[in-house]
Amino acid sequence: MSLLKPGHRGCAGCCDALAGKFVLDALGEDCIVVSPTGCLEVFTTPYPESAWGVPWIHSLFENAAAVASGVEAAFKALGKKNNTKIIAIGGDGATLDIGLQAISGAFERGHDITYICVDNEAYMNTGVQRSGATPLYASTTTSPAGKVSFGNPLHKKNMPAIIAAHGSPYVATASVSYAPDMMKKVKKAAEIKGPTYVHVHAPCCTGWKFDGSKTIEVGKLAVETALWPMYEMENGVVTNVRKLKNRKPVEEYLKIQGRFKHLFAMEGGTGEIKKIQAIADWNVKHFGLE
Amino acid sequence: MRQRMVVVEGSYAVAYAVKVCRPNVISAYPITPQTHIVEDLSQFVADGEMNCEYMNVESEFSAISALIGASASGARTYSSTTSQGLALMHEALFNAAGMRLPIVMTVVNRALSAPINIWNDQQDSISQRDTGWIQLYAEDVQESADMVPQIYKLSEDEDVLLPSMSCMDGFILSHVYEPVILLEQDLTDEFLPSYDPEFILDPKNPMSFGAFADPSTYTEFRYKQEKAMETALIKIEEIANEFSDRFGRYYGGLIDSYALDDAEIVIMAMGSVIGTIKDTIDILRSEGESVGLLKIRSFRPFPADAIRKALNKAKVIITIDKNISLGKNEGALCTEVKACLYNSDNRVPVIGFMMGHGGRDIPVNMIIKIINKAKLVEKGIFIESEFADLREDLA
Repeated sequence: MSLLKPGHRGCAGCCDALAGKFVLDALGEDCIVVSPTGCLEVFTTPYPESAWGVPWIHSLFENAAAVASGVEAAFKALGKKNNTKIIAIGGDGATLDIGLQAISGAFERGHDITYICVDNEAYMNTGVQRSGATPLYASTTTSPAGKVSFGNPLHKKNMPAIIAAHGSPYVATASVSYAPDMMKKVKKAAEIKGPTYVHVHAPCCTGWKFDGSKTIEVGKLAVETALWPMYEMENGVVTNVRKLKNRKPVEEYLKIQGRFKHLFAMEGGTGEIKKIQAIADWNVKHFGLE
Repeated sequence: MRQRMVVVEGSYAVAYAVKVCRPNVISAYPITPQTHIVEDLSQFVADGEMNCEYMNVESEFSAISALIGASASGARTYSSTTSQGLALMHEALFNAAGMRLPIVMTVVNRALSAPINIWNDQQDSISQRDTGWIQLYAEDVQESADMVPQIYKLSEDEDVLLPSMSCMDGFILSHVYEPVILLEQDLTDEFLPSYDPEFILDPKNPMSFGAFADPSTYTEFRYKQEKAMETALIKIEEIANEFSDRFGRYYGGLIDSYALDDAEIVIMAMGSVIGTIKDTIDILRSEGESVGLLKIRSFRPFPADAIRKALNKAKVIITIDKNISLGKNEGALCTEVKACLYNSDNRVPVIGFMMGHGGRDIPVNMIIKIINKAKLVEKGIFIESEFADLREDLA
């Protein structure tokens, strides 16, 4: 049985539950998991129950990296560090927005921790509000599409680049739709000494408005359209890229999600889709995806 | 007697006390007037005199957050902060207390902005009253230092398991040079056993910390925190007595008194102003005045029973507050003392004086002034609470 036990309260088709399971499958029992506030935290630990088969701690929304660094410092001070992996698993809001300062501090200090961002591109736990990871033109409850709005007007923050700028020895992007690749990267990140980072793209059926049976399919389309480039960076240099053989147009990814449906219904929407296609094209060029 | 007195800065005495308590993880962010404590600790670490992880974090919020992780991992932890830094920690203070992590922190009391002011009052820690942290207030440098092992022992007691603030007045205590006895390592080791908690983050015995509690379970977590505070009321006294037995120094447990037994006018206060009050009482007693002091050492848990029992002959109580609850025109001590007497047989009039804000000095003549005001109660003139040291030209 997985170390993330069944019986938790995740939605059917939940990306967070997949991510949590893959992380623990990759790392095994000898790890400590720190969770900031978020879906994964809430649905796995309704007191007195817990789905975690490894030691787990949740403190607050914005401090997971600081808590993880304190765990690491304590293990070092008490002479218990050995091979125990100290892992933070945070959502995009906890990572890109409210927890960014604590992450910056922890990475600068060089703790031997791995931070995993499970990015479902909005504040899902509180009801699909916009975050710094919400992509251009996604409709969320605080960046809704409307008569004079195509939805979120801002671009997704480039978190892996921010982490790489801290001198992290290993930064990778991954997707819950590519489980073996994700597990390989998580394991590698945990085994490399120092602060490492894996940014996992995670389609949320509830927030993105698609059927829960399609989570893997949606995640694959993000990769196949080049909207989610998969790469590894070692010491700031891109060392490995997942190449695309038959790149798909972004419409194929957008049209199966309710959060983008307004782009196909509103006047001028298809013109705006070109801006999203331009993001994919930039990714292809920047990361050499083809 | 092998104890040797040295003249050191207050911050050094506290840092030295922390050192002999052997914390495993220290995490702190610099802020005046706390800096000298963490600088001294950093030097101890740099000189190899302390075997601990010292974390230079990027904010007070991460300072306390890191200690939450470290404490849950079984480490003895320490931080120090003040004013804005303590305010920045606010959210995490509730969290540390709710998770029952015995983190120890020295709060070097300072005013809060705006206007920005780096000098002493106690608005910072008073404003954290309801976070679930134990709060003890020290009178002088020796007590500030001696309080450190006492609150470690208190916080880590398995029937308490609450975080604690040891509060010392900024500059007045942190930057003053006084003759003190530095805590001896061997005596401290005998007094303070190593920290060996039952519940820790350990891959061999996985547990979940910080779970989600719904309305069916949340209340009992709060209740148990309150029960732990009630246990702390007893333990604070016991630990102060044990410290006295081992080290020969005693500052009171929950409260302390000076010329109190027969006093008709009783002054209640916390922190470094206690020394000035004692001097004032000496002067007034020599003139035949019936004045005494009830020192509040523990503000949380609040020693209501101890206060009621200590007031024998009091006809009027004066409270001194270096803080204010704006919109109530009262300091916290005034409100608390009134509340603890209201349902008792001894409903003595309580007059609150707010003073010493933002570092304004409280000299002996100011204490005499408020005592004279309080005497007017006998004539039926009643002052509820007021700023005692206002400048007429600015007010």
